[in-house]
Amino acid sequence: MAVAQDHARPESRSSSPFWTIARRDSLAGFLFIAPQVIGIIVFVLIPLGLVFWYSLHEWNVLANTFTYTGAQNYRMLIEDTNLVEVLGATAIFSAGLVVLNLSLALLLAVLLNQKLAGITIFRTLFFSPVVVSLVAWTIVWGFLLQKNGGINGMLQVFGIEGPNWLREETTAMISVIVVQVFKNVGLNMILFLAALQGVPNELYEAARIDGAPASRQFRRITLPLISPTILLTSIITIVGSLQVFAQIAVLTQGGPGMSTTVLVYYLYQQAFQFHLFGYGSTLSILLFVIVAVLTFAQWQMRKRIVFYES
Amino acid sequence: MKAELSPRLKTVLYGVMCVLLIPFVFPTWWMVTSSVKPISDIFAFPPQLIPRSYDWTTYSKVFELQPFVRQYWNSAYIAAIVTSGTMVVSSMAGYAFARIRFPFANTIFMIVLLGLLIPSEVTIVPLFQMFLKAGMVNTHWPLILVPIFGAPSVFATFVMRQFFVTLPAELEEAARVDGLGRFKIFRKIALPLAKPALASVAIFTFLHSWNLFLEPIVFLSSANKFTLPQALTQYTDAYGGPMWNIQLAAATLTALPVLIVFIIAQKQFVEGLAHTGLKG
Repeated sequence: MAVAQDHARPESRSSSPFWTIARRDSLAGFLFIAPQVIGIIVFVLIPLGLVFWYSLHEWNVLANTFTYTGAQNYRMLIEDTNLVEVLGATAIFSAGLVVLNLSLALLLAVLLNQKLAGITIFRTLFFSPVVVSLVAWTIVWGFLLQKNGGINGMLQVFGIEGPNWLREETTAMISVIVVQVFKNVGLNMILFLAALQGVPNELYEAARIDGAPASRQFRRITLPLISPTILLTSIITIVGSLQVFAQIAVLTQGGPGMSTTVLVYYLYQQAFQFHLFGYGSTLSILLFVIVAVLTFAQWQMRKRIVFYES
Repeated sequence: MKAELSPRLKTVLYGVMCVLLIPFVFPTWWMVTSSVKPISDIFAFPPQLIPRSYDWTTYSKVFELQPFVRQYWNSAYIAAIVTSGTMVVSSMAGYAFARIRFPFANTIFMIVLLGLLIPSEVTIVPLFQMFLKAGMVNTHWPLILVPIFGAPSVFATFVMRQFFVTLPAELEEAARVDGLGRFKIFRKIALPLAKPALASVAIFTFLHSWNLFLEPIVFLSSANKFTLPQALTQYTDAYGGPMWNIQLAAATLTALPVLIVFIIAQKQFVEGLAHTGLKG
């Protein structure tokens, strides 16, 4: 980084006023970033410090006591038998979501990248759930997934007895994943479509002349060239999947049993339903560590997987 | 891949896309049509893709059971303030990080980017305590201040910075020679050029605010203060079961206006967001 004084112009230095262009620029820079930086300090960094501080305390809201207990909440974390299930549900949800989301997004992007009349209409329709209010979307799906709801009604027309989707462990998890995939896959689809359109046509032409079949063109040309976008979308999608809350709260409330209680929902329950703010904070730290580790790991992976970076 | 497709292949592709469209389009159709079905028809078998009779009273009940107009206003004005506030904060910060040389710029930028790593769920407990101490629980302040200045605005700042980095330096140098100050350069030259980036920031900020769910249920407790996502879940009977047709009517009222705006301006939406993604 350049030191600001290097940019002072000679003429302003010779008359040596205090407000050189460089100084004025520094001041302007600080003023421009001030709202954002103060916001980050007040609403992100201080809370992050506080959440760690809280996690070292036992906090009884009803008795209004706040006692330092050191690592006790962390011991509780390790011994919490529910947490195994919660982390399992979180992992299944995130993995299922990312795999389904990215593969469906790529499939749709490839379809939309074809020369077909009216393709914009399809693009608009596939994208439309992104702009539908999340809770409205979730409520409709909850309605469709009722035992006597629309989906089982359709299945019954074909003589199939559908399950009670949201009340059985396996189907409940599948349901929350699928509802979320259809809601947001349009975003990744658009990112992939933009990436596909950036692949130079000559590469495909050359491959065709060499007689490479479409499947090999896809593996050898398309995938390597859009790999930066795949990395980007997978990071966004994984971090997003760890934040899922509304869908769980509206569709299953974490049930049946604890089968769809993902980490954020568990954190919410502990802190705001059972008023265990200390333990809730410990769970927040766990969430933070998971997000940080996953992001870092994926960022490292780019060296090995991503073919090139523009 | 860009070769002319054979008519048979075209038919197959259209067929595949129409089947794939069902889970994307049908829920919205089902929401709108079920919202005007009488309660007796709502779970009718076989499912009625087109209602056989209509009951418009569901819509008046939406407004009778809750202060829905007020809740609609809450969501709308919060989203409007958050969107315009974020545009101001993120374009200024993004501009400074991209174009102005000042001490520790890179270090500060890295610290700001930390916000991307810290989802607001992580800090919800201390934020609740902070706003409780400030007497701002059960007000809209947390839903306005945190998104504009906190973690959610960092992505916007990042997008704006990536955009301003690409502006040619000559544009500004000419203005500096003319004696324009930093703020004037930003306001008169850089910002007008940044319209596409600002548009995408506006779109995703609006959607984020409009969809916010965890924060409202943590911070708000009286029906008058509720935002739409929270209000939608409150249409329940005495046993806590959802009143489906009324919920769906309220959901329709929530979803349709945004959907209509999207369909009118879909090009700007889709291309704006694609642009963001490529740069981001």
